[in-house]
Amino acid sequence: MKILVVCGNGLGSSFMMSMNVQKAMKELNIEGTCSHTDLASAKTENADYYIGSPEIMDQLNDGKRKTIPLVNMFSLEEIKKALTTHILKG
Amino acid sequence: MIMLHLIMNDILGTPAILVGLFALIGLLLQKKGAADVVSGTLKTIMGFIILGAGATVLVGALDLFGQMFEHAFHIKGVIPNNEAIVALAQKTFGAETAMIMVFGMIINILLARFTKLKYIFLTGHHTMFMACMLAAVLSAGGMKGATLVLVGSLILGALMVVMPAILQPYTRQITGSDDVAVGHFGSIGYFVSGTIGKYFGNKEKTTEEIKVPKSLGFLRDSSVALALTMALMFLVVAAFTGPAFIESKLSGGTNFVVFSITQAITFAGGVYIILAGVRMIIAEIVPAFKGIADKVVPNAKPALDCPIVFPFAPNAVIVGFLSSFIAGVISMFLLPVFGLSVIVPGLVPHFFTGAAAGVFGNATGGRRGAILGSFANGLIISFLPALLLPVLGSLGFNGTTFGDADFGVVGILLGNLLKLIM
Repeated sequence: MKILVVCGNGLGSSFMMSMNVQKAMKELNIEGTCSHTDLASAKTENADYYIGSPEIMDQLNDGKRKTIPLVNMFSLEEIKKALTTHILKG
Repeated sequence: MIMLHLIMNDILGTPAILVGLFALIGLLLQKKGAADVVSGTLKTIMGFIILGAGATVLVGALDLFGQMFEHAFHIKGVIPNNEAIVALAQKTFGAETAMIMVFGMIINILLARFTKLKYIFLTGHHTMFMACMLAAVLSAGGMKGATLVLVGSLILGALMVVMPAILQPYTRQITGSDDVAVGHFGSIGYFVSGTIGKYFGNKEKTTEEIKVPKSLGFLRDSSVALALTMALMFLVVAAFTGPAFIESKLSGGTNFVVFSITQAITFAGGVYIILAGVRMIIAEIVPAFKGIADKVVPNAKPALDCPIVFPFAPNAVIVGFLSSFIAGVISMFLLPVFGLSVIVPGLVPHFFTGAAAGVFGNATGGRRGAILGSFANGLIISFLPALLLPVLGSLGFNGTTFGDADFGVVGILLGNLLKLIM
């Protein structure tokens, strides 16, 4: 499974989120890779799931991509909850 | 002697190899497997090479913009863009930047461990940009070698805990918790915005009650926003420069409108390449930094990039951006009056720092706070970059400069202090 974390520049927020997403994946025993990128590149890169702030996810959501919006981007708890509902139960 | 010469000049003196070495040490300290160590080290070095390649793409467009601007208005036009100036500076200050960055991170960890300022500054690209700016200013002020690296690292490490600390009282009001901090070198702009909101605003009337059109969301896509602003700027300037000069002197006969649009997108393309390079450079170094900090600093507070505050007030993001950008446009006309270089307002710096200033202003002073605060931020990121140019030395003549507020404040103070004491 491939998870792509996305933010406007692909430098700061998405990088920090991806560190937490990797931690959450390990704790939840989700096999796969997680990388981060900017919005423009994300539109051309395939991934099983896309994670980012609600505004960024609105830009990416075309009905085909599976997007996971996060409000509190730095909360490990919220990331775990989101991964559980979208991936493990989804 | 030959060995020493090899180590000092060719290994430590080649920035790409130097950052690769730092990544290698970081990976080994984290006890990663051989495959991760090799790929991580190689990717970091490649990131540095990509950075240089991006600079080569961008510099042509930047130079043409400068020539057109000067022909049209008989004054220098400068595009503030952190990525551009850092990439250009790596030819001269690559090794110094890499060393100040890594030693600055170590100072950050020490300060967080032994003082009350428990912040760990995780915005890696800003750490790198600040390291680069410090190298340029200290060098222009007459420092070099080990002294330059030592002084630069101490200042960088201090900024990495002090800036998040200054903002923390306001950050708490936004996030409602004390767990995280904002670590972004636009802090002075956000602090001013928060303070203006506190004294001139009304917290009860928040921006989140107003209806704001969602259509501006595409600006979150930096490369689109950048290409768009640059195209607009190039076209406006081209209209004043006139087709005759452009087509005879610059474009080799290509129509001036087509030429302007191509050059604008070339600039944005260059920044896109540089961003990819920066991403690869910091990809291994930041997790190593965080890993070490987590082990040695109890109760560390991560200081994160400015967009972490955006989801707390999405309307303030748009309001802040617009207000900051308007201030930037007004400043463009005011700057020549003071005899300063014209700072061309960019959508990207105004979007990110204007938006964050809007969120800070809104938290302390509602919609009035957001509008006034981010307007002040817009003035700050227009005037400071212009005042920063003279202290950057030869780097200041490339037609670009650092965009965000703290680079300006720190660079100007430091540059002028050095003039007094050196």
